[in-house]
Amino acid sequence: MRSQKINILAQADLTLILIYLFLVIFGWMNIYAAASTESHHEVFDFGTRYGKQIIWIGLGIVISLFLLFIDSYFYEKFAAFIYLGCLLLLVGLFLFGKNINGATSWYSIGGLSIQPTEFAKTGTLLALGRLLNDKQFNFKLAIDKAKAFTIISIPALLITLQPDPGSALVYVSLILLFHREGLHPNILIIGTLAIVLFLTTLVFGYLYVMIVVTILTLCLLWYISKVQKKILRFEWGKIIGIFGVVIGYIYSIYYLFNHVFKQRHRDRFNVLLGLSEDTSDIGYNTYQSIKTIISGGLSGKGYLQGDRTQGKFVPEQDTDYIFSTIGEEWGFLGCCLVVLTFMTLILRIIRLSEKQKSTFSRVYGYGVACVFFFHVLINIAMVIGLFPTIGIPLPFFSYGGSSLWGFTMLLFIFIKLDASKNYIL
Amino acid sequence: MKKSQLFPFLVVLTSIIFVARLYYLQVLVHDKTEVALSGSSIKKVYTYPPRGFVFDRNGQLLIANEHTYDVKIVPNEVKPFDTLELCRLLKIDKEYLINRYNKAYVYSPWLPSVFLNQLSKEDYAFLQEKIHKFKGFSVQKKNMRTYPHTSAANVLGYINEVNEELAKKNDYYEQGELIGTAGIEKEYENELRGKKGVSYKLRNRLNKVIGPYKEGIYDTLPMPGKDLKLTIDLELQKYGELLMSGKRGGIVAIEPATGEILALITAPSYDPNLMVGRDKSRNSVILFNDSINKPMFDRGLQAAYSPGSPFKLVQGLIGLQEGVINEYTSFYCHHGFRYGKLPSEFMGCHCGIVGRPIQLQTAIAKSCNSYFSNVFKRIIDKKQNTGEGLNNWTRHLRSFGLGQYLGYDLPTGRKGFIPTSSYYDRYYPSKNWQSSTIISNAIGQGEIVTTPIQLANLTVAIANRGFFYTPHVIKEINQKPHQIEKYSTKRITTVKPEHFKPVIEGMSDVYKTGTAKHVQIKGIDICGKTGTVQNYIRKNGKKFELEDHSIFVAFAPKDNPKIALAVFVENGGYGSMIAAPIASLMIEKYLLGTQSLKYWEQRVINQSLEKEYKKQLNLQLKN
Repeated sequence: MRSQKINILAQADLTLILIYLFLVIFGWMNIYAAASTESHHEVFDFGTRYGKQIIWIGLGIVISLFLLFIDSYFYEKFAAFIYLGCLLLLVGLFLFGKNINGATSWYSIGGLSIQPTEFAKTGTLLALGRLLNDKQFNFKLAIDKAKAFTIISIPALLITLQPDPGSALVYVSLILLFHREGLHPNILIIGTLAIVLFLTTLVFGYLYVMIVVTILTLCLLWYISKVQKKILRFEWGKIIGIFGVVIGYIYSIYYLFNHVFKQRHRDRFNVLLGLSEDTSDIGYNTYQSIKTIISGGLSGKGYLQGDRTQGKFVPEQDTDYIFSTIGEEWGFLGCCLVVLTFMTLILRIIRLSEKQKSTFSRVYGYGVACVFFFHVLINIAMVIGLFPTIGIPLPFFSYGGSSLWGFTMLLFIFIKLDASKNYIL
Repeated sequence: MKKSQLFPFLVVLTSIIFVARLYYLQVLVHDKTEVALSGSSIKKVYTYPPRGFVFDRNGQLLIANEHTYDVKIVPNEVKPFDTLELCRLLKIDKEYLINRYNKAYVYSPWLPSVFLNQLSKEDYAFLQEKIHKFKGFSVQKKNMRTYPHTSAANVLGYINEVNEELAKKNDYYEQGELIGTAGIEKEYENELRGKKGVSYKLRNRLNKVIGPYKEGIYDTLPMPGKDLKLTIDLELQKYGELLMSGKRGGIVAIEPATGEILALITAPSYDPNLMVGRDKSRNSVILFNDSINKPMFDRGLQAAYSPGSPFKLVQGLIGLQEGVINEYTSFYCHHGFRYGKLPSEFMGCHCGIVGRPIQLQTAIAKSCNSYFSNVFKRIIDKKQNTGEGLNNWTRHLRSFGLGQYLGYDLPTGRKGFIPTSSYYDRYYPSKNWQSSTIISNAIGQGEIVTTPIQLANLTVAIANRGFFYTPHVIKEINQKPHQIEKYSTKRITTVKPEHFKPVIEGMSDVYKTGTAKHVQIKGIDICGKTGTVQNYIRKNGKKFELEDHSIFVAFAPKDNPKIALAVFVENGGYGSMIAAPIASLMIEKYLLGTQSLKYWEQRVINQSLEKEYKKQLNLQLKN
């Protein structure tokens, strides 16, 4: 059934590999710009962050080649074990983990820090692929729904407890995958509505939102009864119930925000929503990163010419805020190039996923696209000031071995699966 | 499973939103903000050129620069050191050291702040050898103004630190920089300060400089300040200040041919060295708060008094120009001038010529009130409408520079006041005022108010027979004669040159036979005019007569005049007793360099009016 002797290099999707190489190399150039200082600019100085990143990239390429040459059947067969292994690593953090910046997310092995969170994504996607590959699986069934949600909930919960809620949020993106695989769209609609109500309540205050919701509901009822000529008489209980839940939700947001949230949570939202203007403390990161991006202009200040980058104005500029370096030194054009390259990557993965003959490959590929999309969306939106500060890395750009290897694994397992699609029947 | 287009749609939507946001930030907002050079990551470092020197008309140094040394501290760079030794070197105690260190730390651990201000040269010499032992401490050289002479503080002015408000208004200055705030330091600020050099430095978020910006292609070198030469004659200025000691008032001396101010004396004044250095703020509070002596008030420029009798000169000139009198027109004086039917409507006169017709020349020499009241009445009544007549008179006065800012190059002054018809219309709403109503103006009392420099300028116009140059103190900028058009443009009076002869003859008679006969100078034909101005203060509705102000205007020599001046001594009594001798002494000093009036010189210098001023003060304090 399966040939062991496929020419992987001929079958692998060249577009994805080229995009990968471009992102990694361009990513390193920006880390070099952000991490180097006037006095320290020796490229192969492995004591520096950009020097270390060269090692991570080298090892990443070794890993990717290794992944390409493993039999594709291996992933499907051992998916559950990989998943369990990842969960074990996450649990182990609570015993052996190292606390960096307030989160116990790291294993420290001889000066090398490894973040299992980054690998757990791969394991989860493989497990989901294995689950949905079952021909009996049906999202309409409550038990199957529960199984799917359990698989993503366990790692998400473990990561939240580290606590690293930003990384845990990534698993929310897999709803898109479930939708693709037949989950009823109501969940998506309700989710979107919930987010819209949440934000509008914070910005305008709960009273206004309640009034607007009431008016909209009345309009909708009028439309349904008079225009669509449907009889609502027997539906009143439902209508009032839904309306009550919505109003209750709005009030609970208000209550949650003002009585349960701590001040630092509130501050983040307030700065982002433009409700308070503080450039010195809470909004400092976002303020500086936006200033830095603005200073780049249309075509940027030129590579290594970013004075705000050189001056280390943006905190975490070689990790979460790496996009601001691109903004300053490469300008609008460079930013667009990066955004469009990422979007090409994601669309390409989606397209290839849809072409997969096995459900396992398709689910896995779609999941990879979801994870990449979520990271790019949240990270760039945060750096350009559209989202509140959620600390997750920009794939291939942000400094860090674990994240680079995690994304490399995600991508190259998919490339391998894709290359073998014609041999899997 | 069927394909879902939702995810690709979201991907495309996200990229559109991102590109739009980036376009907004990097193209629209970027164009509106000048980030390139004013971004907070770039620090401007200024190099300050020394301010220009100032000399008097004979090349005597008036303002120079002196180096002072500020000790600065960067708290985070301080390493353990011998505190006792540093305290001994800087002559401070340990408490001060700890206090200052903490203050500097609170300000910024990374930035230099001032540890000790204005170290003397001697202390610096000792410190310099040992400064290497004290890490984190450094010495910054600063330029400070110094004044070799204690004269002419009112002309020279002083410099201040730029405050926040000004720094916001003016792009050139930053808070804490120096700016001329008074006198020529203010007026010629742009010339004196030069142009500061700028270099752009990159700095990190801790404000630490990490290198030049773009290898310094935007950097500029400082341009040194320009040296000024003033028209002031230091010797004359000093002499005038000596003569005015113990008195309040002003002397303004101008060279008629050019409008150059030779001396501008106000009394009491202050030592300009008080307004520099460590004690400046304390001294300035004392000087500015002295509301009794008002040393910061330039009486030569800002004090407005009734001009008194010297005003009769211009009254006569206008009469001649208007044709209401000629050289030979004569009036009778009966110990005064009756301008109405009531017994009180009578203006007394001390000319002492009764029963003889008085001509213009004599009227000036003897300062006859009746004569000029008649002239004034004729000028005003010449026109059908009283208002028109008055405005015509005002027009002539304004051409002499009265009732307006003269336009000289010092930043303080007063307009003085010359009434117009609309003023009296407002004052007498029924508009039934007549020449007799305002007759006091005829002899320089009434509503007319002038400043000493306006009076001096009036004398210049008479000395020149009908023109003057705007008075000024600037002579040369960087060894080149000034190119300021305003000060080299002739301003011609509305009175024609041919009318000046009888007036000048009358002024000459003042020295030959009149009120200044006792202070004649041998060999110089001086023309002058005394003035004695009544003044009083009102207290609780009661009028208290004070000692008269003593005024004198003069120019010399009669032909081809070299100096014209106005002397004003507050409460000095008769013009001939104090102002006239001062004028004569000044003129002789300037023209001959000798002092032949030894008696008057001693008398004037030793005459202190403090008693009179004290009496006034008590009067005002009394309820």
